[in-house]
Amino acid sequence: MSALDVFDQSAPGPSPAAGPVTEQIPAASVPVIELAELTRTFPGTPPVHALRDVDLRVERGEYVSIVGPSGSGKSTLLHILGLLDRPTSGDYYLDGVATGTAPEQDRSALRGGRIGFVFQSFHLLPHRTVMDNVLLATLYSGVPRTERKDRALAALNRVGLSHRLDFMPTVLSGGERQRVAVARAVVASPHVLLADEPTGNLDSANSAGVLDLFDELHADGLTLVVITHDDAVSARAQRRIQISDGILTEVA
Amino acid sequence: MRGIRRSRPEPAPAPARDDAGQGWSPQGSVAVATDPEAEAVTGPVDAVHDDGQVPAEVASGRPRRGLRLRRPRLSLRRRKTPSIVPRGSVRDRFGIRDLVAEAAHGVGARPGRLVLTIIGTVLGVGSLVVTVGLAQTAAGQIARQFDAVAATQVVVEPATSRTSQGERATGRIPWDVEDRLNRIAGVEAAGAVAPVSIGEATITAVPVNDPSAPDVTPPKVLATSPGMLEAVGGRVVTGRYFDSGHDQRADRIVVLGARAATRLGVNRVDRQPSIFIGEHSYTVIGIIDDVNRRSDMLDSVILPIGTARADFDLSSIEQAHAKIAVGAGPVLADQAPLALEPNNPDTIEVQVPPAASGVRQNVQADINAIFLALGGVALLVGGLGIANITLLSVRERVGEIGLRRALGASKRNIGAQFLVESVVIGLLGGLIGSALGVFAVVAVSLAKEWTPILDTWIVIGAALLGGVIGLGAGTYPALKAAGIEPITALRGGT
Repeated sequence: MSALDVFDQSAPGPSPAAGPVTEQIPAASVPVIELAELTRTFPGTPPVHALRDVDLRVERGEYVSIVGPSGSGKSTLLHILGLLDRPTSGDYYLDGVATGTAPEQDRSALRGGRIGFVFQSFHLLPHRTVMDNVLLATLYSGVPRTERKDRALAALNRVGLSHRLDFMPTVLSGGERQRVAVARAVVASPHVLLADEPTGNLDSANSAGVLDLFDELHADGLTLVVITHDDAVSARAQRRIQISDGILTEVA
Repeated sequence: MRGIRRSRPEPAPAPARDDAGQGWSPQGSVAVATDPEAEAVTGPVDAVHDDGQVPAEVASGRPRRGLRLRRPRLSLRRRKTPSIVPRGSVRDRFGIRDLVAEAAHGVGARPGRLVLTIIGTVLGVGSLVVTVGLAQTAAGQIARQFDAVAATQVVVEPATSRTSQGERATGRIPWDVEDRLNRIAGVEAAGAVAPVSIGEATITAVPVNDPSAPDVTPPKVLATSPGMLEAVGGRVVTGRYFDSGHDQRADRIVVLGARAATRLGVNRVDRQPSIFIGEHSYTVIGIIDDVNRRSDMLDSVILPIGTARADFDLSSIEQAHAKIAVGAGPVLADQAPLALEPNNPDTIEVQVPPAASGVRQNVQADINAIFLALGGVALLVGGLGIANITLLSVRERVGEIGLRRALGASKRNIGAQFLVESVVIGLLGGLIGSALGVFAVVAVSLAKEWTPILDTWIVIGAALLGGVIGLGAGTYPALKAAGIEPITALRGGT
């Protein structure tokens, strides 16, 4: 059984009743992520061209890793992909929805409903329990109130932490914390999981655990984009993209 | 931005988005993305042309001439409603319950700091409640002194002047003072009183001269006009008070004060007992009690003034008393001297009740002004404290704010959360301050043996004021929190 089915039954995304712009978009025809001649320039003297005319398509269910040394524009790309930053020119279509100039309100909603984040430093709330941390993602993504608890339980079960529900993140190991973060990222059934150096703060054993988890999620049909500078991590992905000086190149 | 995009040729890898017959292109999707609700209502986008070009007015949100009417209307509505990309259960997206729950967690996360934060508000609201409470209580005490009797009694006396021989009256109250006072509006009853000197004469109930009996001080003898009993609010225990007939005829009748009657052994008048003042016998026609003023009447043998003038050569009236309507005092103070001594009104002194309400208001206003100012300062300090610590908390929780934004929280959600936290803190301070204030008022009243008086609405209002202060103090930090960019916040770590 696919664990993500649990989530997909009542995806928080657009429901068919909401209008023509819905999930009816055939999975094959619309990529989850599409960057069209996207440029991001930071003003300065001279201006920094973090991303130059980037074109990228990520299809549904793909597992993509983006590798590059620091300063290559990785973080900028992640911020653009995560709707945390806006392109200077070009556009970014998330599920076919143009986001480049969308109002901040809509971008927030898209972020909550369609994107799951996994950060290098976990970003768990230290004063809240594991359960609360996972539930946090359901607050802003429109998961029906009655389903929140069940879905958080299912997500924690999925990452193998159902015995840690009432623990504080501070007492968990790094690997466990990252798994809580993964549970939080998938609880709202996002269309894409963005991971930023997910194993950067983990030892090799814990890294392997998290990467295995990514493999399983991918096998269940989730789209993953992992940004890393670690070749071992990127080697796990189905498709590898090299970024350097703001230009993307596919690695065969 | 839009201009650039519109002028740009369609991107090469753009997929066909004309599926589902919606006729929208990447350009058209601008309108789609920003206007989901409108589209949900209108069905397929009707403002996007078939060739996939977005009319400029749709992209810019301005209506076009000849465009269907409901389109711009919906566009306008879109601007008002915080609409989002089409989604199933917008209802459950960070509702009020979630907001309050998250704010409660934020408030409760650091109990020690919470205490420090609310102390300012507690002190401010508390001092406010104490101030108003004590002012009201004190006003109640003052009001008690202006009791009904004091507010309705007038005493008229001849003016006096100091000479080398001592004080002597410079004026004279006319014998018909009772009639003259009764004619003034506001006077309900009036009467005159004068002490009567009976020389060496004794007062006895029986005409027996018992040489073996010890000498006793005779009771005082007073002469009054018939209206005096009513003027001082006295009560007839038995029999009656004399009237103007007795007065004019100078009848030899007396009325006894209750204690004088006991001393003389007279307790009933139906058998027409007599007492002797010197050689003459006087018929006792009544016994009185319970006077509000001139309580010496209760120890006295009371004659009509006419009788006193005939038998004892009474030469002048000492005082006139009047019972007046509440609030008639100032009028009477002006009119009584003229009524009694038109030629020399200065020689008559009138003691009227002070304008009680005025005094009370003055006292209350003084107390309130001073202490309210103090309470206001304390509240200001409390508000600044909340603002300060909420701001600090925003800085500390930058990571959390970034995370929430990444999880889909809008700026509004973040701002609302911090605002509610601040309001809750203020409200908490207000409630505690109000409660402590009430305790303080009760404690002070207990110590001073006053009756604590405190308006319930003041207490409730003060508690709510704490919330208002929290709202005011939290606005700036909440705006700060809402303005935090998620990128910088997430880079900060935690």
